[in-house]
Order: sequence, then structure tokens, then C-alpha cells
Amino acid sequence: MKNTFPLWEVFIRSKQGLDHKHAGSLHAADAKMAIENARDVYTRRQEGVSIWVVESKHIHASNPDEAGSLYEPANDKVYRHPTFYDLPDELKHM
Amino acid sequence: MSIAYILHLADNALVLGHRNSEWTGHGPILEQDIALSNISLDLIGQARNLYQYAATLIGNGATEDTLAYLRDENEYKNCLLVELPNGHWGTTIMRQFLFSAYQHPLYERLSDSNDENLNAIARKSLKEVTYHLRWSSEWVIRLGQGTAESRAKMTDAVNDLWPYTQDLLLHSPEEKEKWQERVQSIFKHASLNIPADVKMISGGFEGKHTSHLVEMLNEMQHLQRTYPGVEW
Repeated sequence: MKNTFPLWEVFIRSKQGLDHKHAGSLHAADAKMAIENARDVYTRRQEGVSIWVVESKHIHASNPDEAGSLYEPANDKVYRHPTFYDLPDELKHM
Repeated sequence: MSIAYILHLADNALVLGHRNSEWTGHGPILEQDIALSNISLDLIGQARNLYQYAATLIGNGATEDTLAYLRDENEYKNCLLVELPNGHWGTTIMRQFLFSAYQHPLYERLSDSNDENLNAIARKSLKEVTYHLRWSSEWVIRLGQGTAESRAKMTDAVNDLWPYTQDLLLHSPEEKEKWQERVQSIFKHASLNIPADVKMISGGFEGKHTSHLVEMLNEMQHLQRTYPGVEW
């Protein structure tokens, strides 16, 4: 049975207003079953208010071998962070 | 509502919850193992609430534990369907579906009950049962329309369980029509047929049980019977 069920990635929103976060993966025959399985496997301790599932084969990932060219060029561009503004004292939580 | 009827509801939930829990660690895949264990916990939780309520009506030192662990099989009032052995996955799914299709309209009705305690228990349980019904319906359709093997096994499951469906509804005539509608509709989607000319078996409410319940209670009550009052 396991061999014929495709793999699905599960994303759970823990509270209204927050974004869906990757929770893990599971096997299921179709999207409906994947959502039910996700409900049973990943939300039984009140972890979620919304579930997304996507078949793992539809996820395309960046290549770890290309990490150097993809991410390192950002290392010396600190000016991209909005940390050079003088903020008035009244402004909190920035 | 009579004490006997409340015990009937409680016993239904406990016995099916226990049967489903026998799958824990043995489910066909991890995900369904957890799903069925969750349903077990829901049902056993419902049974606890109903036993606690029954115990207050019975008095004489009755508690949820004495009701669950110290009654013999002829005092149990559950319908026969829930005590049947698990069989294969398809049998367990079919039994859950036939039961949830009864329990859902039942709790809907009891949610409007004048009995405050029963009303509260039904409202809380209805959300759980809505999911049980959805989950088991999906599986009946999936297996009924699946492979030739899954179809054959589901047909066997229907034939094995159908004789016990009259007993399931015997003491809840209000639910009969909704149950029939639900079963017909899901069976249609699943391309399964309702067996004709079946000899019906009943007697659960009156304590006339199959030997399967005796075996189940032997195991379930073993610890309390051997070491009375033992605690974790």
C-alpha cells in the first residue's frame, strides 16, 4: 500500500493571521485523504486552524551545489537592510 | 431519558472505541493508524462522559469505572455491530461508517434534547462524529471504487455486517430514515449494493451478545477484575 500512495507535503497555519508553515510530509492516495491525514497526524494537539497540502513531486528545490552563487553575493550588501534610518523615539516595535 | 438508554449510548461508544483501538500499531499505514486511534479516543471520551452522567443517576457508588470494568456481558447494552471483530481494514471501515451514519443524526437530535447533560455531551460529540462520518464515508467510496480486490472485500464486509444493522437502529427509530438515506447515498457513490433478504440478528440492548463481546470484555476488564481498585 505504502508503495502506491504518493508523498504529500503538509503546511499548517497555527493561528489566524499567521502564515502556513511546513509541518512535515505524509502518504495519501489523493488530496482529500492528504488533508484528512494531515488533520489526524499534525493537528491533534491543537497545532492548526488551516491546512495546505501539495504533492511533493510538485515542489522544485534549489540546488545546494549552487548555494555559493545564489546566496553569498548578498553577504556584503548590508545596505539592503532598512537599518540606516533614524527613527523617532515614539516609534516602537520596529 | 432512561438510564438503560444512556448506558446503551455509552456502551456503543466504549465497545467500538475499544475495537478500533485494537488497530493501534497495526494500521495499514502510519497515517491511518493514527486516524483510527484518534477516532477511538473520541469514542472512549464520549463513553466516559455518558458513564459519568449515568453514574450520577444510578448512585450507590457507581462510577464510570465500575460501569465499564465491573459489568458482565449480559449487562452491556451496546448494539451487536460494534462488538464484532475488526476483520480486515474494509470491515473496520464499513462498521465505522454504518455506526457513524447512525450516531451523527442521533447526536444532532440529542443536541436539542431537554436533558441538559445529554444535550451538552451530544453537542460536544457531534463535531467529532461529523469527522468520523466524513472520514469513513470517504474510505467506503475509495475502497468500493478502488481495485477489484478492494471492491470484493468491501462487498464481503457489507454482507458480513448487514445482519446487525437492524439491531443498530432498534432503539433509535428517529434516526432510521436519515441513516438509510446516508447509507444509500454513499453506497451509490461507492457502487456497493445493499444486500436483499438478509436474516437479521438482534438483542444487544437486552444483553444478548455474541461470544465476541465476552472475549473483548475478558481482555478489557482483566486488570480491574484481577486487582480490584488498581490504579496507575
